[in-house]
Amino acid sequence: MTCLHLLLTLVFAVSLGTPVEIQRPRGVPLTKKPFYEENKPFTCLDGSRTIPFDRVNDDYCDCKDGSDEPGTAACPNGSFHCTNAGYRPMFIPSSRINDGICDCCDTTDEYNSGAKCENTCKELGLKERDVLQKMAEITKEGFLLKQQLIEEAKKGREEKQGKVTDMQENKKQLEEKVEALRTVKETAEQPEKEAKERHLKAWEEQKAAIRLEKDKAKMAEAFLELDDNADGFVSVSELQSHAELDPDADGTLTETEVQGLMGGAAQVDTSTFESVWTNIKDKYHSEVSREEADMSSAQKARDDFEDSEKALREMDDQIRNIEKELSFDFGPDAEFTYLYSQCYELTTSEYIYRLCPFNRVSQKPKYGGSETNLGTWGSWSGPENNKYLVMKYEHGTGCWQGPNRSTTVKLTCGKETVVTSTSEPSRCEYLMEFTTPAVCQEPANMDLLPHGHEEL
Amino acid sequence: MAVISIERMGLLSVFCVCLFFSSAFAVDRGNFKTCDQSSFCKRQRALKPGQSPYRALLETLELSDSRLTLQLINDNNKVHLLLELYRLQGNMTRVKINELKPLKPRFEVPDVLIAEPPTEPLSVLSKDDNGIVLSLGAESQRLIVSARPFRLDIMEGPEVLLSLNSRGLLAFEHLHLRKDTQAQPDGAEVKESVDGDQQQDEVEKDEDGEGDKEQDGLWEETFKSHTDTKPNGPTSISLDFSLPGVEHVYGIPEHADDLKLKTTDGGDPYRLYNLDVFQYELYNPMALYGSIPVMLAHNTQRTMGIFWLNAAETWVDISSNTAGKTVFGKMLDFVQGSSEKPQTDIRWISESGIIDVFIMLGPKPSDVFSQYASLTGTQSFPPLASLGYHQCRWNYNDQEDVKSVDQGFDQHDIPYDFIWLDIEHADGKRYFTWDPHKFSQPKEMLQGLMDKRRKMVAIVDPHIKVDSGYKIHSEITSKDFYVKNKDGRNYEGWCWPGNSGYPDFTIPEMRAWWASMFAYDQYEGSMENLFTWNDMNEPSVFNGPEVTMHKDALHGKWEHREIHNIYGLYVQMATAEGQIQRSGGVERPFVLTRAFFAGSQRFGAVWTGDNAAEWGHLKISIPMCLSLGLVGVSFCGADIGGFFKNPSTELLVRWYQTGAYQPFFRAHAHLDTTRREPWLFGPENTALIREVIRQRYALLPYWYQLFFQAYRTGMPVMRPLWVDYPKDTVTFTIDDEFLIGSDLLVHPITEEGSRGVTAYLPGAGEVWYDVHTFQKHNGAQNLYIPVTLSSIPVFQRGGSIIPRKDRVRRSSACMENDPYTLYVALSPKKFARGKLYIDDGHSFNYDTKKEFIHRSLTFANNALTSSNLCPDCNFLTSSWIEKVLILGASKPSKVVLKMDGKETPVDFEFDSSMSVLTLRKPGMNAGDDWTLLLQ
Repeated sequence: MTCLHLLLTLVFAVSLGTPVEIQRPRGVPLTKKPFYEENKPFTCLDGSRTIPFDRVNDDYCDCKDGSDEPGTAACPNGSFHCTNAGYRPMFIPSSRINDGICDCCDTTDEYNSGAKCENTCKELGLKERDVLQKMAEITKEGFLLKQQLIEEAKKGREEKQGKVTDMQENKKQLEEKVEALRTVKETAEQPEKEAKERHLKAWEEQKAAIRLEKDKAKMAEAFLELDDNADGFVSVSELQSHAELDPDADGTLTETEVQGLMGGAAQVDTSTFESVWTNIKDKYHSEVSREEADMSSAQKARDDFEDSEKALREMDDQIRNIEKELSFDFGPDAEFTYLYSQCYELTTSEYIYRLCPFNRVSQKPKYGGSETNLGTWGSWSGPENNKYLVMKYEHGTGCWQGPNRSTTVKLTCGKETVVTSTSEPSRCEYLMEFTTPAVCQEPANMDLLPHGHEEL
Repeated sequence: MAVISIERMGLLSVFCVCLFFSSAFAVDRGNFKTCDQSSFCKRQRALKPGQSPYRALLETLELSDSRLTLQLINDNNKVHLLLELYRLQGNMTRVKINELKPLKPRFEVPDVLIAEPPTEPLSVLSKDDNGIVLSLGAESQRLIVSARPFRLDIMEGPEVLLSLNSRGLLAFEHLHLRKDTQAQPDGAEVKESVDGDQQQDEVEKDEDGEGDKEQDGLWEETFKSHTDTKPNGPTSISLDFSLPGVEHVYGIPEHADDLKLKTTDGGDPYRLYNLDVFQYELYNPMALYGSIPVMLAHNTQRTMGIFWLNAAETWVDISSNTAGKTVFGKMLDFVQGSSEKPQTDIRWISESGIIDVFIMLGPKPSDVFSQYASLTGTQSFPPLASLGYHQCRWNYNDQEDVKSVDQGFDQHDIPYDFIWLDIEHADGKRYFTWDPHKFSQPKEMLQGLMDKRRKMVAIVDPHIKVDSGYKIHSEITSKDFYVKNKDGRNYEGWCWPGNSGYPDFTIPEMRAWWASMFAYDQYEGSMENLFTWNDMNEPSVFNGPEVTMHKDALHGKWEHREIHNIYGLYVQMATAEGQIQRSGGVERPFVLTRAFFAGSQRFGAVWTGDNAAEWGHLKISIPMCLSLGLVGVSFCGADIGGFFKNPSTELLVRWYQTGAYQPFFRAHAHLDTTRREPWLFGPENTALIREVIRQRYALLPYWYQLFFQAYRTGMPVMRPLWVDYPKDTVTFTIDDEFLIGSDLLVHPITEEGSRGVTAYLPGAGEVWYDVHTFQKHNGAQNLYIPVTLSSIPVFQRGGSIIPRKDRVRRSSACMENDPYTLYVALSPKKFARGKLYIDDGHSFNYDTKKEFIHRSLTFANNALTSSNLCPDCNFLTSSWIEKVLILGASKPSKVVLKMDGKETPVDFEFDSSMSVLTLRKPGMNAGDDWTLLLQ
């Protein structure tokens, strides 16, 4: 038989520091004390029956709702309240009373089991406050960052929208130009077409020969032109003056880029220039403005038409890309915009994980091996109250005898944008933790943070 | 875990595997032999009945007190056999047949019998030229030896109970030299063991007058790409048994088949050959992971058993003269009186060894269980915690994962006792080690579990990675403890770690060394709450014939062929011994095994291997565990949820509901399945699973008491209805419901979308109470029960008392000191009886110091009394009796507790709608003498 301590004396300190005692049955929270009046019959909290008060906490379950045994393990559905002065009060299932395991930090759940529990509430409280404080700081700073992100996103969005509008305007003009050139081309092609039909083969051969000849001439000309110091060699610096050759079109033609064009050589002579020419001829602008008089009018019309058509296509692509970007759900205030077209990596003992938000997640073995797609952007799939806390990436590389790989990315507030962990809880279902300021909520007033016991 | 059979492992393996998986989801039958592909089975099965060449040479009879010997001769080849007959204590007969003068000794299976079975005197009653009549002691039992052809009949009065060689299918392939390779050098060492004349005889004659080389598979046999060299040639044995009056036979696990064995005419015999079968199929006689060569025969008059002690590949044929008949046909026979008596004929065929048969004559089912237990031992008494719930998965990824799953159980208020780690926990599948990244602090992890009063199981398989830097491998190598191949070099095969060696567990010194590896200072990172799981111990060899070891591999002087089916038993034996030793002999071990043999019950638990998340697999778990229970292995369970594939939520819930009422209660899942911890299927399903796990924990006192009984008597814990209702023929084929002990009847729901089931409640004149509603039902009826997803039809037998602990906590250890509630279910005669067993739950002190409480609880004449069944036992418990429910009671005017000469009134409530009387808090200690009087 268990010994029965019907009443528990609680000693606690109010903010003035004066000890006060409040008596109530073991395991009853202060809010429910009025229902447990000593020496008066007790009515189960569900109202199902009334029992003498000495059957409260007598280690036998009388009430269906378990309310007569708040301080013993007798009821299967009971719950026990621990005050946990210095930390957070909590309810535990009454099956954890005297089970030999310390659940309440104030040790009150193990009053008769022989378990050696230590009161750790103060420690936990301090730790929790510390953590909360740190979190608050992070949230505060994160939230500031988020405001900037929102601002930038707003600006960026406006810019892009403006750009799209401009481009659509330009596109119209371009379309008109394409149409005009098409007419020119078709007119110019008419005589050529007729000649072609007459001597198709001879004409093709002749045309190729001419083209080759022309190209050779152009190359020789270009060589001479490029060889500024006329030493019989085209050097890196000589080539570098032609900014139009910039391979990445970033506006500057670096030395490295030039070396690349020259196949790594420092200089080339006429005989080796040919390979360089192949690299540059499409972009090369002659220094002398030249009249393309020798070009057949049909060819010229054709080229003009094709150029303009290409320009139109490129513009279409650009518009599409911007529109695609604009169509993404970057959050209520577009705060996730900055993640677009970025990638974040985490290296573990075996793999390098790579998260490219709104695009894909991948995994690559650290020591060689090919990349595995862990999913492409699916949707926001957080809880109903805030779907922007979880990203879902789906339809990755298929698993052996299993589903396609997929990744769930959990977002938490942080000053930095980093992948903090990855795991594979289920085969081929990955979980990634990701911090970003974009999910930081407006911090609660610091004064409202718990300072100790708020209960009692 | 199972494995796919890959002939050549290497670069192509992944490719092969992919191909395999894209095909249908079922066993690849082509990987396993049929009888036709197993040369001895084919040869033996080709023999025709009624032409036995064997004759008993009555003049050679020798009778000592307890042993009769007699020579038999095969008139075709003049080879002499020696027949030994023993009358064993406890109504058993042992029949041994061996060659009189074998070329070299033939293998006799050691370590299965717990001792040389004690004998009783045999006496000759009469003898003439045709035969001998022997007395088998009491009950007018006779053993008749007929001379020509040789035949044995066991009679009781005028009835023949059982006959041997009645169909003349005794066949004993004697050892002889290969005719066409007489001069081969290893013939020399063989010659030494035999006298010259015999040798001459052997070589010159052949049973069928044919040269050996002309017959297939006698001296060499190839299956797929594997060649079995068979240096000893053909050595198979066979014997038939006839069972007049028997239509129902059971046992010979392990097969994924019905409880009642089917006839095998026209198909393959039931096969016993421990194999790692990938994605096994249901309802066929193919061999599975374990083998127990014990068959039970039952009719309304008698239950008998046949134990064929042979560890080589074995096939069992069953035929019956009534098998084809319909119920109507049988009735017609009965009315016309023209029928021959029903009879079942059995035939055992083994590849090697000797004939060593134990005939257990019952007559009651419980007698057969105790007879078999007296030979091979009883179920080991498990630690109480191992009867709780086990959470397993291949694999919990790392320590964090273990911790979060552990916390998940607390968050969802679901009890569990053991969390399991599969092969990925070890460092590169080097058992006894831990993955340095994922499980870098095993003791910290184990301590975390211990703080919650929970435990862990880590897998230790018998294949050892060939790696000179691995301590286990290098020690086994230096001690020369590996199994050898036919050339005498260490046998190597592919398994999880890649190239692996297989320790020779048949060597006692090897087992002792293996056991010593479980010492806390040897098994780094282990603690007292770490237990063991032996998987793949058939043994599984991915690139071996039929995914197992080559038969011509060598265990000392014996071929693997001889010992195959007992390898797994030895692995578990040595592991359990290690766990006992690490605690200085104080603590009970817990070891789960996949492979098993007769006697494995002494070492721990068994599960039904790699099943699948299919309704059929849920259903088959019942007959599979029932069959094991009948032949000694009570501690049986199936992977809850199904190992392969993902179960539907409904299937998972139903599987928990079924598994909670089976002895070994463990959820397990394949690496490629999605997570399925109990709380991952929505709050309603979490609640359903929580509820049934709680039901299991509340009943732990009953389970524990039943396991104590199984340990003491050999009575199965989970049993078919016919065991308790042996005269009720309706029960003989029931295997969709079962009894736990005698007092709980369970009819799990194993059909998808079920809205109702019909359960058979046995026992004319008896009553059963629904354990959830206390509704009373009459016995001997088919009861239709409407069901919802929360329903688990369970009934308590009227006349029983079941102690429960209704305060369910997060693990069994946490419930140690909790009070009991007694559920007294009255019979129509207002009587009930039950037992209560209490000890410390984990040590051997119950055995070594008699530290336990064993009480008889009896309700009779309106008084419930607790009396001591073990007065010289001593154990103190702080558990008490908090409540007594009496089902089927009438309302008393007063209830009084009589204890220590004092009488105190007890409060009570009476529910007249269900006739349930609840006694409120009588409060006596569970170990005390007391009486509750209803007045």
